Amino acid sequence: MKQVVVRATEFAIAAHDVRKNYAGASEEAGLNGFDLEVAAGTVCGLLGPNGAGKTTAIRILSTLLRPDSGRASVAGFDVVVQARQVRERIGLVGQYAAVDEILSGRQNLVMFGRLNHLPAAEARKRADDLLERFSLADTGTKAVGEYSGGMRRRLDLAASLIVAPSVLFVDEPTTGLDPAARQEVWSAIRDLVGSGTTVLLTTQYLEEADRLADRITMLGAGRVVTEGTPEELKSAIGGDWLDLVLADPADVAGAEALAARVASGGILVDAESRRVSIPVAERTRALVAMATALGEAGIEPIDVTLRRPTLDEVFLHLTGGAEDTAARTGVSG
Amino acid sequence: MSTTTSIPPATSPLSRFGWALADSWTITLRDLSHWVRSPGTVAVGWLFPVMMVLMFGGLFGGAIGVPGGGGYFDFLIPGMFAMTMLFGLESTMMAVTTDAAKGVTDRFRSMPMSASAVVMGRGIADMLNSVVGLAVMIGTGLLLGWRAEGGLAEALAAVGLLLLLRFALLWVGIYVGLVSGGPEVVTSVQILVWPIGFLSSVFVDPATMPGWLGAIAQWNPLSATATATRRLFDNPGWAGEAWIVQNATLMAVLWPLLLIAVFLPLSAHRFRRLGG
Repeated sequence: MKQVVVRATEFAIAAHDVRKNYAGASEEAGLNGFDLEVAAGTVCGLLGPNGAGKTTAIRILSTLLRPDSGRASVAGFDVVVQARQVRERIGLVGQYAAVDEILSGRQNLVMFGRLNHLPAAEARKRADDLLERFSLADTGTKAVGEYSGGMRRRLDLAASLIVAPSVLFVDEPTTGLDPAARQEVWSAIRDLVGSGTTVLLTTQYLEEADRLADRITMLGAGRVVTEGTPEELKSAIGGDWLDLVLADPADVAGAEALAARVASGGILVDAESRRVSIPVAERTRALVAMATALGEAGIEPIDVTLRRPTLDEVFLHLTGGAEDTAARTGVSG
Repeated sequence: MSTTTSIPPATSPLSRFGWALADSWTITLRDLSHWVRSPGTVAVGWLFPVMMVLMFGGLFGGAIGVPGGGGYFDFLIPGMFAMTMLFGLESTMMAVTTDAAKGVTDRFRSMPMSASAVVMGRGIADMLNSVVGLAVMIGTGLLLGWRAEGGLAEALAAVGLLLLLRFALLWVGIYVGLVSGGPEVVTSVQILVWPIGFLSSVFVDPATMPGWLGAIAQWNPLSATATATRRLFDNPGWAGEAWIVQNATLMAVLWPLLLIAVFLPLSAHRFRRLGG
C-alpha cells in the first residue's frame, strides 16, 4: 500500500478535517471539518444533539460511508483506501439492533462468525462463548424477535465482538431502552474496555458519556465544539454553580440582584421552583459572601447547594452561547 | 486480540472469489434457516398462488371463455406459473428493504466479507424459493388435470423462461428495495404488483379488453412469458395478428434481458452508493 496512513500508530482513531455534505434534503447531518484523536485502549464519547453529525462520523470511521475530503484512520489503516484492513479490526453497534429477528441468537452469532471467515467449529464455539458472556445462553435458541430490547442490544454487542475488535464503534447504544436495560448495556461496554478495546461511543445522554467515557468530544453542526475529560469540560465554563432555592417567591428578584456581585457569568432564574443558579469562580468565597448578603437583606433560602456544572450546562454554554468565547478558549483539551 | 480469532488473508483474486462464494452461501443459508424457523410465512408464499388458481379457476372459470376452446384451468395454470414468478418480486423487495432499514446490511458492509455476497446470497435464496414455488404450482396443476402436452425439451425450456423472468425480477426487487427506504413504502409498492399482474394475458385473452388496454396487456413482459410458456407446454393460448403476439417467445427472452440490463447496473450502483 502507498503512504496514506495518517499517524499510523499513535492513535487508535484519528480523523483530520473530514468533510461530508449530503446533497438535497437528506435527513443525515454532514460533517464540516471534523477532527478526532482517540488513544488506544480508551473510551471516547462523541456527544451532541440530533443533527450534529455523530452518526455520520461513525459511518465514515467504520468504512460505511466515504468522506468528501479529509483523512481518517482506524487501527492504523486508512478508512477509504484500506477499508478491508479496517473492517477486519472493528466492531460496529449501530442505532438499531442489526440482527436477524427470525433466526435465534446463536444462529445469528454463528452466521456473523462465518462471515468473519471463522471455520465452522470455531464460529459455533465463539457463539457459545459470547452467549455465555452476555447472559444470553439460556435464550440462545429463541428467535431474536422474541427478545427484549436489552437482550437484543446485548446480542448486537456480542455480534460486534466476534473477532475481538481492536476498535469498537457504538452508536447511541441505549436510545429507546428502559433504565434497567441501559444499565445492562453500560456494564457490557465497561467490561469490554477492561479487555483493552478502544471504544468510540456516540450518545445524546450526557450521563452516559460521563459514566463511560475517558474523554468527551462535543459535536455541533458537523464540527468539534470542544474536547476534554468530563472534569475539564465542567471546569471550562467558570468553575462551580451555586444553587439557591428561596422560601418566598417575592425574594427571587432580590436574591438575583445580590447574586450579580458574586456571579462569574449569566445567572439562571427559575421562578416556578424559586431557584437561582449562579456560576461562581471561587466557590468558598462566593458561598460565604452570598450567605452574608442574603442574611443582611433578610432573605431566607431553604436550600443552598454548591455543585459542579452538569454536562447539559456545559453543552448549552458551548453551543448556544456563541458570544461567550472566553470559556471556549479556556478548554484546550 | 483474542487467541480464538484468526482472519485468513484474502488477498489473491482466487481466494477472494472463493470467499465471495463462501460468504454468498452463508447468506443463502440464513434464508434457508428462515424456511425452517418460520415455515408458516414461507408456506403461505408458496400456497398463495395455489389459492388463486382454485379461486379464479373455480369461481370465474365457467364464465371465462378460453380462446380456441379447452378448459380454463389449462389456460390459467401456465399463466399462473408466470404470476408466481411475479409474486417472488414482493419477497425480494421486502427482504432487501428490511435488511437495509434494520441495519443488517450495514453490519454486513462493516465486516471483512465480500460485498457482492450480500446480493448474491439474496439472489440464490430467492431463486431457490421461486423454484420451490414453481414446483408447488406444477404439482397443483397436475392434480387439477393440467398436463405439459409438448415434449420434455419444450417443458424444460418453459421452466427456463419462467426462471429467467424471476431472475430479471430479482434485480428489480433489489433496486426497489434499496431505494424505497423502508418496509412501509414497500408495502404500498407491492400493491402495484396486482395491476401489473392482472393487466396481462395471465387470466384472460387481451383481445377481450378495450383496444388500448389490450395493447398494454399484450406488451406486458408477464404476457410474453405466459404466452411462450403456453406454447411450449402446448396448452390452449390466445392468438393474434399483432407482432408482439406472434413473437411472444422471442419477447419472453428479450424482456427479461432488458430488465436485467437496466436493473442489474442500477442495483449495483445503488448498493455502492450506500457508501456515499
